[in-house]
Amino acid sequence: MMRFATLIKNPADWMKGAGPHSEIVMTSRVRLARNLRGFPFPGFSQERQRIDLMEQARPVVEDLPEMRDGYSEEYNGLSKIRKQVLVERHLVSREHAARSSGCAVVVDRRQSISIMINEEDHFRIQGIRPGLNLHSAYELVDRVDTELSESLPFAFDAKLGYLTACPTNLGTGMRASVMLHLPALVLTEQINPVIKAVGKIGLAVRGLYGEGTEALGNLFQISNQHTLGEAESEIIAQIEKVIEGVVRSEQNARAKLREDHQTMLNDQVGRAFAILRYAHVLASKEALNLVSMLRLGADLDLVGNCDRSLLDMLLLEIQPAHLQLAATRELAPEERDGMRAEITRVRLQSIDGPGNFPPSQTTSGGPPSAPPNE
Amino acid sequence: MKCDVCEKEATVFLTQIINGQMTTVNMCEECSKAKGVTEETGFGLAEAFLTPSQRAGDSAEAVCDACGFTASQLKKIGRMGCPECYTAFREGLDGLLRNMHKGTRHVGKRPGKSVAAPQILPRQRAAVAREISAGLKPPPGLPPPADVNKLRADLDQAVKEERYEDAAKLKAEIERLQTKSPSK
Repeated sequence: MMRFATLIKNPADWMKGAGPHSEIVMTSRVRLARNLRGFPFPGFSQERQRIDLMEQARPVVEDLPEMRDGYSEEYNGLSKIRKQVLVERHLVSREHAARSSGCAVVVDRRQSISIMINEEDHFRIQGIRPGLNLHSAYELVDRVDTELSESLPFAFDAKLGYLTACPTNLGTGMRASVMLHLPALVLTEQINPVIKAVGKIGLAVRGLYGEGTEALGNLFQISNQHTLGEAESEIIAQIEKVIEGVVRSEQNARAKLREDHQTMLNDQVGRAFAILRYAHVLASKEALNLVSMLRLGADLDLVGNCDRSLLDMLLLEIQPAHLQLAATRELAPEERDGMRAEITRVRLQSIDGPGNFPPSQTTSGGPPSAPPNE
Repeated sequence: MKCDVCEKEATVFLTQIINGQMTTVNMCEECSKAKGVTEETGFGLAEAFLTPSQRAGDSAEAVCDACGFTASQLKKIGRMGCPECYTAFREGLDGLLRNMHKGTRHVGKRPGKSVAAPQILPRQRAAVAREISAGLKPPPGLPPPADVNKLRADLDQAVKEERYEDAAKLKAEIERLQTKSPSK
């Protein structure tokens, strides 16, 4: 099995690869909630029962062909910072990280599949893919679920479907969610009508780290709320259709920014680059919002030599737990802000800011709207 | 960012969609706890869960035979105690599910062969059998369901014999035991 350090050193598959609409859709995730018959749900079981279940189920999970050479860890042996790093990587939920004894997580080598043991349900099986690709994320978890069901007796009712601790997950036990980067809809103040329209269809809109989190860095998660009464494929098809619509709105808003608000756009991207490139103190929220602007600049070719995956990786590196892991100790918030700025300055060295672009080969520095020169 | 309630540094950010409008609430650790924002429980979810008689009721409270979970606990945390609870608390479930979901009948994936003949691990089979036969024990800090049941029988007896003072004591004791929430 893989060590924690090895897991974290490598970027996840979804960070490296691109998928459909990856300039706007960062990831597609699907998770299935599953429980064992005859065991109380984790929230209502004794510690001994949770440990017993974990000790029996973990080897079964580790033996999955998908999990060969993967990472598997019991929460008792895992520090708070390491657990938080897993949260920041979207490999475990905040709720799961808050638990300890009797909990475990198993992650595949490519960081595309993670299985939480004793979250709110006995098993939470998650698949994650880059871009708008819920079908492919579902295929990952569907296969794992089928394999596990051969040796684990999942609680299932012919009428109610998969039985889950919370009735909101009943039926398919499936939550399909898409992480979207929507800076232009925010800048053009069109985000609220879009959220309203999405909400009307029965989908939920949340912030960066799931339930109850703020929409930092113009990142929004859209997911299904209904899990009973519709088949998995119908739920996924509906979300993908809605997301296609949101993507089109964002594309239109970007085009509008470029055509009608060129100066404002250049100014926003330029300021973001300048601060990120030269600041010595960067608070988390500020950094996320500026990186969002820079990402928009990269998408619209306003900055040069700026690979989207570099920014996605930076977005993770500057999160509190990642910073503390790199420092190998707990850091006070002010120390974190200093370190965040330092890492950001270094990572942005190779980027050609707006105004300097196209890069120095051109003698006079081209106009900000010059096409990329790759 | 300041806490919306007390002006301290906010660390908890809650984004909600209410009537299609996004609202953001910023709170410090203490205020978020006081307001129940970070509790793992369903927000008011359980309120909708119980039939009016159950909501008002104290005498005929439903209890899950498999795990001892009670209707009041369900009301309090909005989660079930074990898979069997869905049978125990069947009453009123359809109405709730209709509000919550697209339908009340599952139409998606089914576990292949495992519905009819699950392959249980040997140790697990023993564990399942043990748990089912023993009746799943609630976590420490919770009243063993048998006690509540016994108290309830005593209560009925006391009422029958018109020992109202005893009955009142028993009723208070039952309520005390049932309102204790499961430890987190």
